[in-house]
Amino acid sequence: MDTTVPDIHERSVSPHAEYRWTTTEIVVTATIAVTFGVVFWSWNLLWTATGGAFSALPPLQGLMYGVWLVPGVLAGLVLRRPGAAFFAATLAAVVSALLGSQWGLVAVVYGVAQGAAPELVFALRQYRATLTTALAAGLAAGVASLGLDLALYYPTWAPNWKWLYALTLLSSALVVAGCGSWALFRALRKTGVLSPLPAEAPPAAKAPALPGA
Amino acid sequence: MTAAAVTARGFGYRAAGRDRWVPRDVSFQIAPGERILILGASGSGKSTILRCLAHLLDPSGTRRGEVLIDDQHPSQSRHRIGLLMQDPDAFFALDRVGDDIAFGPQNQGLPRDVVRSRTEKALNIVGLDLPLAHKVDELSGGERQRVALAGVLAMQPDLLLLDEPTSQLDPSGALLIKDAVSSAVASRDTTLVVVEHRVDLWLDLIDRVFIVDDAGDLITGSLNEVIDTAAAQSTWLHPPATSPRPNAIEGEPRRTAQAPVLHAKSVTFSYTSASPALADVTCDVDAGHVMAICGPNGSGKSTLARALGGLIVPDDGSVRATANLVRDTNSHLLSTDIGRWSSRDLAGRIGSVFQNPEHSFVEQSVRAEVEFGPQVMAASIATDELLERMALTHLAAFNPFTLSGGEQRRLSVAAALATSPDVLILDEPTFGQDPATWKELLHLVLDQRAQGRAIVVVSHDERFVDAVATTTWRLEQGRVVGRQLQDEQ
Amino acid sequence: MKRNPLALLAPALMLGIVNAITLNMPTHLLTLAVTMACVPLLRIKAGQFLRTSWPLGVAAATLVLVNSLADPSPGIGWADLNTGLITAVRLLAIALPGLVAFMAIEPVSLVDALVQYLHLPPRFGYGGLAAMRLLPTLADDLHLRRMALRARGATPTGIVGRIGSTHTLLVGLLVTAIRRATRLATALDARGFDTLRRATARPSRWTGIDTTWCASGVIIALAIGSIPLITS
Repeated sequence: MDTTVPDIHERSVSPHAEYRWTTTEIVVTATIAVTFGVVFWSWNLLWTATGGAFSALPPLQGLMYGVWLVPGVLAGLVLRRPGAAFFAATLAAVVSALLGSQWGLVAVVYGVAQGAAPELVFALRQYRATLTTALAAGLAAGVASLGLDLALYYPTWAPNWKWLYALTLLSSALVVAGCGSWALFRALRKTGVLSPLPAEAPPAAKAPALPGA
Repeated sequence: MTAAAVTARGFGYRAAGRDRWVPRDVSFQIAPGERILILGASGSGKSTILRCLAHLLDPSGTRRGEVLIDDQHPSQSRHRIGLLMQDPDAFFALDRVGDDIAFGPQNQGLPRDVVRSRTEKALNIVGLDLPLAHKVDELSGGERQRVALAGVLAMQPDLLLLDEPTSQLDPSGALLIKDAVSSAVASRDTTLVVVEHRVDLWLDLIDRVFIVDDAGDLITGSLNEVIDTAAAQSTWLHPPATSPRPNAIEGEPRRTAQAPVLHAKSVTFSYTSASPALADVTCDVDAGHVMAICGPNGSGKSTLARALGGLIVPDDGSVRATANLVRDTNSHLLSTDIGRWSSRDLAGRIGSVFQNPEHSFVEQSVRAEVEFGPQVMAASIATDELLERMALTHLAAFNPFTLSGGEQRRLSVAAALATSPDVLILDEPTFGQDPATWKELLHLVLDQRAQGRAIVVVSHDERFVDAVATTTWRLEQGRVVGRQLQDEQ
Repeated sequence: MKRNPLALLAPALMLGIVNAITLNMPTHLLTLAVTMACVPLLRIKAGQFLRTSWPLGVAAATLVLVNSLADPSPGIGWADLNTGLITAVRLLAIALPGLVAFMAIEPVSLVDALVQYLHLPPRFGYGGLAAMRLLPTLADDLHLRRMALRARGATPTGIVGRIGSTHTLLVGLLVTAIRRATRLATALDARGFDTLRRATARPSRWTGIDTTWCASGVIIALAIGSIPLITS
């Protein structure tokens, strides 16, 4: 068996793919979202608990932010087609709301923003899965979240606190949501678990017909 | 409903990234209304055959040969085929029983009243008297399996394909499934193909038996014909109940001196504030002995194993290591309470092997996986020798997640043994394994026992426990209700 | 009889927006009053409400503290507390309506409604629902993986080590999850999922009561939203 995985550029799907989403693609994307929903469940309580700890210098709480942005970026890398990032991020938020997150509908609004922003980046980068794309996508999700946070929660902060918060949040977005998602994506590819996805098929095999015919 | 006829000529399939064709070259004919049992070792391609009939093969692989359903390509017959796959945890579409069973008929575009009646009929066939609004999450394992079967039966398929429908169930649950299937196919309006290891269960229902051998080819015939042919290939047929107990054959020493390594005292633990998983359990683990933990589902067997493995901290009581186990660490003083040990201290002393081997994998190659533990402990290891012993040498460069089930099982055991722990804990090692792996595990456990390792085995496989255990502890509802020594069995 | 999810979410969204675009105590307080009145009307149990909303209370309290400290001038005066208080109440007013709405919604009804009325592609909606069926199993997998890693010696205590082990944890968890996902996808297709159409999908009911809820909710939201315009 070939243990080296070919360069991802060679295998990326055309962004104007003519085929509809396969069931596998839909369920895998949804499962990425749901898996992070499970992981966040323990983190959500941590966020509330550390709120007190960060009260000395609240803008530092931005450092924890990156994890929440991973599902959208990771889904975009794994699926490499329009809508993947958006679907994953929104679903992760909806699931957390349905499970009783204290943020309810607000979480969904955030999810939509945290999915739409990377979606834009992936489109501009033509759905090529590279480290640069991942970093840009993570950063974009961070910017969207930052905007929402400053508008909704921290409008009365002094400018220097706002800058500090931006710094910590965006760093976290870049490192965790950008690099972190990239690392996860690479590791997943090597395990072979992504091979049923059309995005992993060699280019020659991708006819407009539905995969599996 | 008219039963479907199936023809296969030279069918073969090769998964993405693999070089073997599994199955390799399979040809058969099934008459309408016939009932077929497919046997074969794990990984021989049985599930692949079913998926091909249902036109649901993984598109990333390559296929060859021809398969026809009533002389048509399977894609034309999708709506007539019902396929039930192995994993009941990855089946359900909706959260209530009635809604989920209705899922199939709804997708077939049937009117609402027909869907309703089919749902009720299917529930009847599987013998479940549940309200349609009952939540799937609140069902027991056996009930889930039956609801899943109902979901497939509600589609009233002309070809019913079942992939190990009873593998997760105990004997009584398995019988319920088999009875349900019997009534569903009684009128011979449905062709049945079942993949199973439990031959004796299905014997009276089936007409013919197919065997997929290790090469990926097919032998067909009536039960007697086929069993005789395959008798020489008995690696994958369950050892008959009357065979002599292996350790009598092996000539293993029956008794070695007691050298306790772990004392569990009054261990109490609950996962939630509801009922406790373990209540006041006291037991000892000795070197050179195999401690088997048995009991019904939910009796706390796995919880006890985790406590003995230092992976959960008891709410009350403790699990303490004896001086034999604590050993010199030359960097810090080690508490006797294993719940307080760091991950690294634990790895070198107590190895835990989980039911799903994938949960333990941390590296990207088999070699690295085996070397991980020793590296963490800054110890050295004869990697090649260990790989050789566990028949993993040819897989050394592969990613652990790409291995087959049996290979992963061997790897997780190898990784646990790599740090030379004094205690080895195995959680349901034979669960869902084919008879060949069963024998491998048997020899392994007996071998380790002879080498003086303390072994704990959690299992509901009575035959395995009989063969390896020195002491058998029985749990019920978190309490010890019995303890049996080997000589008394 | 359960309310149609959209009948609750539309007013909740409006209330959230109305409070997000202003900083006006009467608006926020009225929103909270109206929302709390809906809790018994929607037959939400007190226990469930408290269990779900207490972290929000903590967040609000923290916000009072944090925003009071935000002012560069030393000490905490009444003005600072006032700022803190109003931002906290505003936070509650933004988040609570949506929270209460979700407490009265069932996932499957939500998808049914989105598919029928908002033209959400059905395979995405029901695919998402099917993935939610994996939640209990995934939670178990996470628990097992954590323990298995501890047994392997893969749970270090330092900060750098923790990052590495989190990555390892996630990789393993995602592999197991994606495997289940591909098996689930095959099982769904085996029951005709790939032929799912909006026409044959599950129905979603919208009754007169839903119209009442939705309409009155939106009107109330607009009324509350116009308070700042009237008083300024």
